[in-house]
Amino acid sequence: MIPGSKVKRAALAVSMLLLSACASQQPVALRGTGDLGVVVERATGQLQVIETTHRRALAQVSGLGDLSHASVVFSRDSRYAYVFGRDGGLTKVDLLTATIANRVVQAGNAIGGGISQDGRILVAQNYEPGGIKAFDADTLELLADVPATYGTDGKRSKVVGLADLPGNRFVYSLFDANEIRVTDLSDPRHPKTERYPSGKQPYDALVTPDGRYYIAGLFGEDGLSMLDLWHPEEGVRTILPGYGRGEQALPVYKMPHLRGWAVAAGRAYLPAIGRHEVLVVELGSWKEVARIPVKSQPVFVMARPDGREVWVNFAFPDNSWIQVIDTVGNAIVDTLQPGRAILHMEFAPKGEEVWVSARDDNKVVIYGTAKRDKRAELPAASPSGIFFTSRAFRTGF
Amino acid sequence: MFCRSILIAAFLPALVFPVHAQDTAPDDKRQRELVHMVRQDCGSCHGLTLQGGLGPALTPATLRGKPSEGLVATIVNGRPGTPMPPFRGLVDESEAAWIVERLVDGFPADGGPESAQQTADTR
Repeated sequence: MIPGSKVKRAALAVSMLLLSACASQQPVALRGTGDLGVVVERATGQLQVIETTHRRALAQVSGLGDLSHASVVFSRDSRYAYVFGRDGGLTKVDLLTATIANRVVQAGNAIGGGISQDGRILVAQNYEPGGIKAFDADTLELLADVPATYGTDGKRSKVVGLADLPGNRFVYSLFDANEIRVTDLSDPRHPKTERYPSGKQPYDALVTPDGRYYIAGLFGEDGLSMLDLWHPEEGVRTILPGYGRGEQALPVYKMPHLRGWAVAAGRAYLPAIGRHEVLVVELGSWKEVARIPVKSQPVFVMARPDGREVWVNFAFPDNSWIQVIDTVGNAIVDTLQPGRAILHMEFAPKGEEVWVSARDDNKVVIYGTAKRDKRAELPAASPSGIFFTSRAFRTGF
Repeated sequence: MFCRSILIAAFLPALVFPVHAQDTAPDDKRQRELVHMVRQDCGSCHGLTLQGGLGPALTPATLRGKPSEGLVATIVNGRPGTPMPPFRGLVDESEAAWIVERLVDGFPADGGPESAQQTADTR
C-alpha cells in the first residue's frame, strides 16, 4: 500500500512538472485512437477527423489534393491514416494532431492502396502508370515499383482489387489483362510476382477475412473469378457462372466495390453486375444460395460486423436508398432513405451504429442498427468515404 | 410559376423550329444539374477533375479533334464492351450535345446539387 502511494505521488509530481513545462502551449488531453476515423470531403479535398463514441467531428485536415475516389488505410497503431488520392497523392495524416505527417505524389492516377500484415509496407494500386508501388509506411520512401505489364509490347494494365495477405503479400487484379497477380513483398526491395489468368475485365475484388479466398468481380462476363490462396496451384475458378442467365444487362452507372465486408454467416453477399440483385454464394462449396432482388444496381454490399445483416447502397440515379438484408431469411427487411447521393457506409467496430454519407445533402447520418433509428447528423461538405481505425486490424482493409 | 412561364416562352421558338443543339441549351436549373452529374457521377469513373480513372480523361486536350457527334452518341448510347453505360433516359441528345460542348471548352465547376446549396450555405 505504502510503496504504491509513493509511486502515485511521484507520478503526480512528474505530471505536474510536465504540465507546468507545457503550460505555455495548448494542453492536449491524452486519448486513444480506437474510436477515431475520417470522413472524406471530396469536393474540397479535405478530411474530417471524427470520433464515434460521442459522434462528433474533432478536426479538419486540408491539402490532400484530389480526393475523388479517395481511400484510406490505417497504421497498425491506428494513429495514422494513409490517404490514397485519385491524383496519385499518398498522404500520411496524424489523427491525434490532425496534421499531415508526410505526403508524396506517387502516380498520375491512383485508385487506392493497402497496408502489409506487419504494418511496415504501404502499397498503392495505380491506373496510370498501371501497376503497384510499395512504400515504407514510416517514411513513405519508395521500396518497389511493380509495373502491371502484359502482352508482348509492354502495355500496362489498370490495377484494381488490391488486398493484403498474410506474409506481406498482396493480391490484385489487372482490369485490362484479365489476370490476378500475387506479389510477395516479404523482401520489399526484391518483389516476386505470380500470375494467374482470370475472367474478363475484373473491376474490383475482395479477400475473405482469413486471407484464404480472393474473389474478383468481373465486368466483362457473368460470373466471378475465385483464387484459393491456400491452393494457388489450382488456379482461378469461375464461381456463379452465367448468373445473368443470358439476359440483357442493365446499365451500370457506378462500379460496385468489393471488400471482405461481403462475408457474413459463412457466405459471400456479392453485387451482381447489370442486374438489380445481390448474389449469395456459400464459401467453399461455391453453391449459389440465393439471389435477392434489390432496388437498383448495388454498389456497397456490406455486412454488419456480426454478419446478421447486410446493408446495400446503390448506383446513380437510384442512390438515395439503402436496403437491409437479413442473412437468416436472405430477404430485405428494411428500406431507408437517409438523404441524397448515399455514397458510403461504415459500421462501428462491433456494429451497433453505422455512419452513412449523403453527398448531396452535405451530411453524414448515423443510425443505430438494432432499431435502425437515426441517432445524429453531422455536417460534411460533399462527403464520400468514411473510414474507422478498426480497419487497421482487418486483413484486406 | 412566373419564372417557369417566362422560360417556356423563351423556349417556344426552339420547340417550334428544329434548330442546332447549341440553340436548345438546357435551362439554368438543368445546366446546374448536368454539371453536378458530370462532375460527381460521371466523375466516379472519369474523375472529379475529369482527368480520368477507369474511364478516359475528358479534358479539352484529350477531346480535341474528336468529332462531337461521336461523343454525343457515346453519352446517349454508351460503348458496348466497355464500362461506359448508355445515358439515354437520363440525358437527351441536346443535353448530351451541351455537355460535349462544355467538355471541349473546359468543363464548368460544380455549383452543387439543385437546392442543396442552401443546406451547404446555412450549416
